[in-house]
Amino acid sequence: MNNLRRTFIKFSGSASALAVIAAAGLLKTTQAAAAVWNKSGFESKAAAEAIKTLGASAAAESRDIIITAPDIAENGAVVPIEVVSRIPNTQSISIIAEKNPFPLAATMDFANGAEPYAYVRIKMGQTSNVRAIIKADGKFFMAVKEVKITVGGCG
Amino acid sequence: MAEPMKIRALLKGDVADIRVLVAHPMETGQRRDAAGALVPMHFIQSMTVTHNGNTVYEGQWSQAVSRNPVFAVRVKGAKVGDKIVVNWTDTKNDKRTDEATVTAG
Repeated sequence: MNNLRRTFIKFSGSASALAVIAAAGLLKTTQAAAAVWNKSGFESKAAAEAIKTLGASAAAESRDIIITAPDIAENGAVVPIEVVSRIPNTQSISIIAEKNPFPLAATMDFANGAEPYAYVRIKMGQTSNVRAIIKADGKFFMAVKEVKITVGGCG
Repeated sequence: MAEPMKIRALLKGDVADIRVLVAHPMETGQRRDAAGALVPMHFIQSMTVTHNGNTVYEGQWSQAVSRNPVFAVRVKGAKVGDKIVVNWTDTKNDKRTDEATVTAG
């Protein structure tokens, strides 16, 4: 009987250990959920669709977002895009090149003192509007800038 | 293993201006090689930057980010000697982590 009790304790001990591991794993996934790669967004072939996956269909145009990009980019393979948001509590910046085969280029989340500033170089297939979508306090804002491309950079 | 990143973190006022150069082909899946075969997609999907252990930047990237990506992050409230760690994961699940310290700008 004592033996049985031992086994039971052992068993329950390992079971609870398992539960702890499972819970830890679960915690990890929920924490990481915020930064899970937005597959549907990145695979969207239309800008409007990509914006929808961000939840930003109702984004209001804002003058507090400054997009700095060349008016004419000779090489579509390397188009520097800089986005500065002056909207308080900016949480993330997404960059969309509307006429790219897959318009959503990048989404950047900020935390712990990072300034709402994004700089990245992207490829653009052709002349197109570049849209910056900003999430601030759970609301969405956007700004647009046209970039003319001399030689496309998709191939 | 991928080549190391080049990280520069300069302090300007109380803002660390972090610039990172990553060596990565960032294949779109639309390019053809010399034989005319499509080069499969291969790009960095996620990019994380931490400042003294706190995550400050989480980038989700697509194949539209240029080859050998260059990107910048600005962190307020930084000091000389603060530790910056950058890491990326690509579509083949390759990873790379590099670190740098904030220096006076």
